[in-house]
Amino acid sequence: MFSKVWSAALNGMEVYPVRVEADISEGMPQLLMVGYLSSEVKEAGERVRTALRNTGILLPPKRITVNLAPAGIRKAGTRFDLPVAAAILASLEKIPLESLSGIMLAGELSLNGQVLRIPGVLSLAEAAREKGLRCCIVPKGNEEEGAVLEGIDVVGVSSVAELLEVLRHPKQAKPARIDARKLLALEQENEEEDFSQIHGQAALRRAAEVAAAGMHNFLMIGPPGSGKTMIARRIPGILPPLSLEESLEITKIYSIAGLLPEDRPLMTKRPFRSPHHTVTAEALAGGGRIPSPGEISLSSRGILFLDELPEFHRSALEILRQPLEEHCISISRSSGTYRFPAEFMLVAAMNPCACGYFPDRNRCRCREWEVDRYLGKLSRPLLDRIDICTEAPRISYEELAGNRREESSARIRERVKAAHRIQQERYRGLSIHFNAYLSGKAVGRYCPLGRKEGELLKEAFGKLNLSARAYHKVIKVSRTIADLEQEEGIQERHILEALSYRAPERDAWSGEV
Amino acid sequence: MEAYWHWFCSVLAGEPGLQEKLLERYGTPGAVFTAEEKELEANFVKSRIRIAELCRSRKAWDFGKEEEALRKKGIRFVSREHPDFPRRLLEIPGSPGGLFVKGRLPAGESPAVAVVGARECSAYGRNAALWFGRVLAENGVQVISGMARGIDGFGQWGALQGKGETFAVLGSGADVCYPARNRELYLRLEREGGILSENPPGTPPLKHLFPLRNRLISGLADAVLVIEAKEKSGSLITADLALEQGKDVYAVPGRLKDALSSGCHNLIRQGAGLAVSPEKLLEDLQLFPKNRTLKEEKNKMALESSEDLVYSCLSLQAINLDAVCSRTKLPPQEVLGILTRLELKGYAREIYKNYYARVS
Repeated sequence: MFSKVWSAALNGMEVYPVRVEADISEGMPQLLMVGYLSSEVKEAGERVRTALRNTGILLPPKRITVNLAPAGIRKAGTRFDLPVAAAILASLEKIPLESLSGIMLAGELSLNGQVLRIPGVLSLAEAAREKGLRCCIVPKGNEEEGAVLEGIDVVGVSSVAELLEVLRHPKQAKPARIDARKLLALEQENEEEDFSQIHGQAALRRAAEVAAAGMHNFLMIGPPGSGKTMIARRIPGILPPLSLEESLEITKIYSIAGLLPEDRPLMTKRPFRSPHHTVTAEALAGGGRIPSPGEISLSSRGILFLDELPEFHRSALEILRQPLEEHCISISRSSGTYRFPAEFMLVAAMNPCACGYFPDRNRCRCREWEVDRYLGKLSRPLLDRIDICTEAPRISYEELAGNRREESSARIRERVKAAHRIQQERYRGLSIHFNAYLSGKAVGRYCPLGRKEGELLKEAFGKLNLSARAYHKVIKVSRTIADLEQEEGIQERHILEALSYRAPERDAWSGEV
Repeated sequence: MEAYWHWFCSVLAGEPGLQEKLLERYGTPGAVFTAEEKELEANFVKSRIRIAELCRSRKAWDFGKEEEALRKKGIRFVSREHPDFPRRLLEIPGSPGGLFVKGRLPAGESPAVAVVGARECSAYGRNAALWFGRVLAENGVQVISGMARGIDGFGQWGALQGKGETFAVLGSGADVCYPARNRELYLRLEREGGILSENPPGTPPLKHLFPLRNRLISGLADAVLVIEAKEKSGSLITADLALEQGKDVYAVPGRLKDALSSGCHNLIRQGAGLAVSPEKLLEDLQLFPKNRTLKEEKNKMALESSEDLVYSCLSLQAINLDAVCSRTKLPPQEVLGILTRLELKGYAREIYKNYYARVS
């Protein structure tokens, strides 16, 4: 007897529906799995047979054929155990055939009949909703994750026995209910990491605020122990809280990467990823035969913090160039091209030289060419994509020991929020959300300059030796500074401040005068 | 005669002692060229390896070819007997037999000051070197240095900015640009000044040649100015040589306790002149070139009050942004704006990220 049920396969960030079909006929007793399957999917047959037997259902000595359609696309992962089991059960008439219509199933089976967690349930639920199905049956451990989505019922099952129960009596099944908005609102301010703990460093704080206000990529240069990491860790705290859409997007990525914590069905905080400098290009971009999200995708909508920037492998750093420009990353494999979101804000920190104390000539032992070489480890194209560059100076004892009340993250966040609101208003209906994402052409349209301001920039262009990219960068940063001040037009003072955030020249120190 | 000198200086490059002894005995390079091999060997037993080389080269040396090779490289050879040979060099101990020159030779009648100092200099030293180099050159003083990284190079850049005369004495051959990253300076010196070396073209920058060339730097100058030197520094060798040669030594003071100041401060303690500004230095040296007046430092500047406030915090020593903020009590965004404006007006310069110095 023939039966079919919907499931879905993961392919990078994309989910596409897969129809799982089962047929039982007379013939040589065997369980045959077809449909261009990778070995873990083929093994599903053995898992399903054993799990069913341990639940008390013996497969009859007949020829059972399972097909995963469309049969032309390769399928991987252990998520098909549950739909295969369901399809076989329906073919055996252990459950009514019609109970499988309008539902989507996914889950891994253990030999004793338990249903185990799988990655990417949120995306699966979304695909089911898009297909117009009424219900998703997923592992109990993934139930809440799917339930944050509105407009579809998500039922969790912890064993094959429960699955039978749910399919036999669909009316009695209790879909999980999670109020995502409430979860988001519940998220408390992080009191451990607050800007009020940073003493002094007024200029660095200001630069961080401007960077956060326009989601500009941010580079801090300073000696060891000057608080670069401390500032970076506090930047998520001054970004506006996540909206529901953003939160769902992040959750989807983490769910697919299998990094969603069991007790947290929704990512409610902005991601902060700080990979070690030995990270490979693949780990940063996303790797594997079928790629899974890498660090840059995991930090989407949040911060990617690269400490000791020049120590990263050149190949890893150069990977960043495309995502920094296009805010997504495309990875090509023989099986196809995969796109992952990469809408992150890059925060980087580095020492000014190998010993860390340049330009303090009393402590720095580096030769001038060594200093140049250290900065030269960063390619110009990468430096060009960093909008705001600033120094993290050493903190004096007075500042460190002083108990001056510094401004808290919450207050800075209010200003940043206001600036974000202005930008959302300005870019309504566009694919960009922040000043940092403006392309060269769009800069002219959205950031017009007055006559005086234009002349100032022209003068700076010549005297400070700006590149075309640097020119647009300065305008974008000026726009953000003006947004922070809730100023309609870009003023001269905004441009002057923006100019001071440009990245250092490689030969700033030597050679020409 | 020049041809013999050319051979003599090429073969015995980096051996001023042996050169002197040979000349003492035989009088002229021509006589050395024709001397008996056995006699040479007998007289200079200690340096027999060099003497053997010398004898071999006598057979191989093709005067016409060598001259042609020099001409092709755009290098001129000037022996100590040539009328163009700098007078000042004739008077120093270990005076070279001749010089290989690209560009011009320093003029004997114009005053000359050597500007030397640390390779790894600070922003302060860089500014000072540029300033002294420029003002000295503007007043017709020839600036002599070694085209090294750091102070040497900046002093010469300053002189080029002042549209004056500047000459580099190299330890390598005159056609070898060392350090390579001073290429631009090298090319400009070739056109607008001169590049001198006592070593034949193609000589690599060997370590032992540099102390030797230092005697020429001080020798070509009337006075030696040291800007930034650590306790043990090559610039101090130049200063010692200058004293031996009877030249004046001046030192630019630095900040107390800075490693790069200690060498200069020691010089001052030992009686070197205190160089507080190029104008004062010119006065001290009695170098008032005729028909020229000292140029006044521009004091009147059209600065707004807040710009003036920030400008007053800057000095030749680089200062970082936070320090300016705390001194002026202005918020960083405002200070940054003012600093950028000062930079655009040409009064300030960002030496490194968020480190600013006054432009002298």
